Amino acid sequence: MKLIAAMSGGVDSAVAAARAHEEGHEVIGVHLALSKNPQKYRSGARGCCTVEDSHDARRAADRIGIPFYIWDMSDEFHQGVVEDFLSEYQSGRTPNPCLRCNEKIKFAAVLDRARAMGFDGVVTGHYAQIRDASIDGLSFRAMYRAIDPAKDQSYVLAVLNGEQLNGAFFPLGDTTKEKIREEAKRRNLAVAAKPDSHDICFVPSGDNAGWLRERLGSETGAIIDESGEKLGEHRGAYTYTVGQRRGLGITKPREDGAPRYVLRIEPISNTVVVGERDSLAITEIIGERVIWCGPAPKAAMSGADSGSARGLVQVRAHGKAIGCSYTMVGGSDRDDDGDVNGKKIRITCDEPIYGLAPGQGAVLYDGDRVVGSSTVLETR
Amino acid sequence: MKRRIYFDHAATTPISPKVLEELGREAGLIGNPSSLHFFGRQVREQVESAREEIAAALGAKASEVIFTGSGTEANNTAIKGLFWKRAPRKVIVSTSIEHHAVLDPIHWLVQHEGALHRNLQVDRRGCPNFRQLKEIVDQEGDEIALISLIHTNNELGTVIDLERISSIIGGIPLHLDAVQSLGKVNFNFQASGAISAAISAHKVGGPLGVGALLLRHGIDVTPLLHGGGQERDIRSGTLNAPGILAFALAIKEMKENFNSQVEKVKGLRARMIAIINEKVPDASFNGTGDAPGILNVTFPGTDNEASLLLFDSAGIAASTGSACSQGVAETSHVLLGIGLSESEARSTLRFSLNHRNDMDEVEYFGEVLTNVIAKARAAFAAGSRS
Repeated sequence: MKLIAAMSGGVDSAVAAARAHEEGHEVIGVHLALSKNPQKYRSGARGCCTVEDSHDARRAADRIGIPFYIWDMSDEFHQGVVEDFLSEYQSGRTPNPCLRCNEKIKFAAVLDRARAMGFDGVVTGHYAQIRDASIDGLSFRAMYRAIDPAKDQSYVLAVLNGEQLNGAFFPLGDTTKEKIREEAKRRNLAVAAKPDSHDICFVPSGDNAGWLRERLGSETGAIIDESGEKLGEHRGAYTYTVGQRRGLGITKPREDGAPRYVLRIEPISNTVVVGERDSLAITEIIGERVIWCGPAPKAAMSGADSGSARGLVQVRAHGKAIGCSYTMVGGSDRDDDGDVNGKKIRITCDEPIYGLAPGQGAVLYDGDRVVGSSTVLETR
Repeated sequence: MKRRIYFDHAATTPISPKVLEELGREAGLIGNPSSLHFFGRQVREQVESAREEIAAALGAKASEVIFTGSGTEANNTAIKGLFWKRAPRKVIVSTSIEHHAVLDPIHWLVQHEGALHRNLQVDRRGCPNFRQLKEIVDQEGDEIALISLIHTNNELGTVIDLERISSIIGGIPLHLDAVQSLGKVNFNFQASGAISAAISAHKVGGPLGVGALLLRHGIDVTPLLHGGGQERDIRSGTLNAPGILAFALAIKEMKENFNSQVEKVKGLRARMIAIINEKVPDASFNGTGDAPGILNVTFPGTDNEASLLLFDSAGIAASTGSACSQGVAETSHVLLGIGLSESEARSTLRFSLNHRNDMDEVEYFGEVLTNVIAKARAAFAAGSRS
């Protein structure tokens, strides 16, 4: 096959490209430039947006012996990821930009471009597995969790529909990170010991609140409890996260000394509502932007609001998966490519989830198989 | 084995077999040309003979050849050196389609040394606006430290009209970036009217890492490098003797074969243009064609990021003509400078041929062209959708 290997300059994508090349595929390495001025988003060598990172990627490609190019995806990234990130926060929601980047950039803009140029797909260093699966006699390419639970990235890849999965290749899902580093060393890749990136790649120094304040201003507003009593002032409501406990800036402690948590953010009144931990518990999620990573589960689709399917739901990249039932509600029917227009999903959890914010991704699993994803609209 | 065709001779040329042989032989010689003993004398004699040969081939005096490590160094030496030497004059005149080796030192002087840059406009073909040049000279003649112009444009192949320019600027020092001129067009330093010119060995079948500044006899510039006082005290540093000898041989070979080589390249260019016109009728060509080896083509509805990759995949090396040292390829300032839109510039590729190419390669280019452009257009359309 002819494959584009997206190479960030890190160890994972370098080994992924090397493995694909070794398997006999015609591989071309591509580094995605996500900013016109590569130093703009971040300095240091932990991300994937710096000049050093592109040099590391080029060096790895040279060592592997594959051609290497830099694709300017800065406009697409800015529109699809950075602006989305800002506007979501502005609306009082908590977005996951990695999910959006996979959905809009790596497996959309890049994959579309690659396919148009005659390539079969995109190889990345994500930790997830793709295997053929068969359900009700229907065979399809399915995505499963990586074998290394600490590195499993199936959560941030659950935005890929069946068509995108057909062009996605994750050669690392069957290996632990430790083994990948050893393999990188064996392959003489200079990035073998390069530290992992953890923060949001376009936020310098990992100071999310400061970055948001710079762009969205720091208009002060009230921090109130559930009864409406004012407990303090905030410097920009969007710098708070649902479930947050520390650094709230509350001047009035509770009489019983129990901690308070952010329950919700109300952007219109610029208010942060806090309360006790029990108030964070939710058992029902209404999700929008439903995407099935393969065939839609029949039980969830059958008849308006009547059926339901069983599975697991996970709401954070490395959170616990919890038993749940889910069903599609409202909107129009499912369209052909697996996306669902206008329909929402109702997920009923077997046990409470704490601190889930609108905007986060709710990913559904069947055992280790990724069934689909949605963006949290509201919780109850 | 995939067929590989090199159409990027403006970036660098393959070293000629004879030059390579010479380089290998000379690399084994013992001796620093500055040393007084036998070994030093032996090398020095050869270096000075090389200097004389290069000077003679380019219409310069031997004492006017100052060896450097690159064309970039030669440009920097001339621009900064003349600017400092001609203080308190502050004005530097150049066009917006200069190479970065000229633009960036000027920009540096503006930022750090108070230089005033006057941007000489160019037309759609890359030719300077003579009326504007005259106005600048009339208004600021006494204030002008130097005028720096690219003789053969590296992206367009356009050669400037030195006679016209000399008649306008009178005695104001003119520096030429002639790095792309060697082997492509006639260049005679004496006749150019310039006070200095930058050249480079690897553009003409010589080795990498050797260049020269031709600097008019009696003209002094402030040096960039201080040390052993080599090269008229203008460029200190032990001379790269093997590189210099190889440079001289490369220039000698070029001079001996110049006419036949240029005629061959003209033929290849004509065929390539005919192929492009036939297979991609809406393609357009930029520049004058003065340097026949440089063919700058706009393929509407493509992005050169994709077309370059696709040509490379098909075994053909081309160039977007722009530096990408910062990671993200910038849109060519040269193409923007001649008035192309951002999208036109981003859909443009440069093919640069030389006598080592042949008609077979051009025909192969014709075989893959339709497919490459179709895929590049599909990729561009996919990008517009997402």
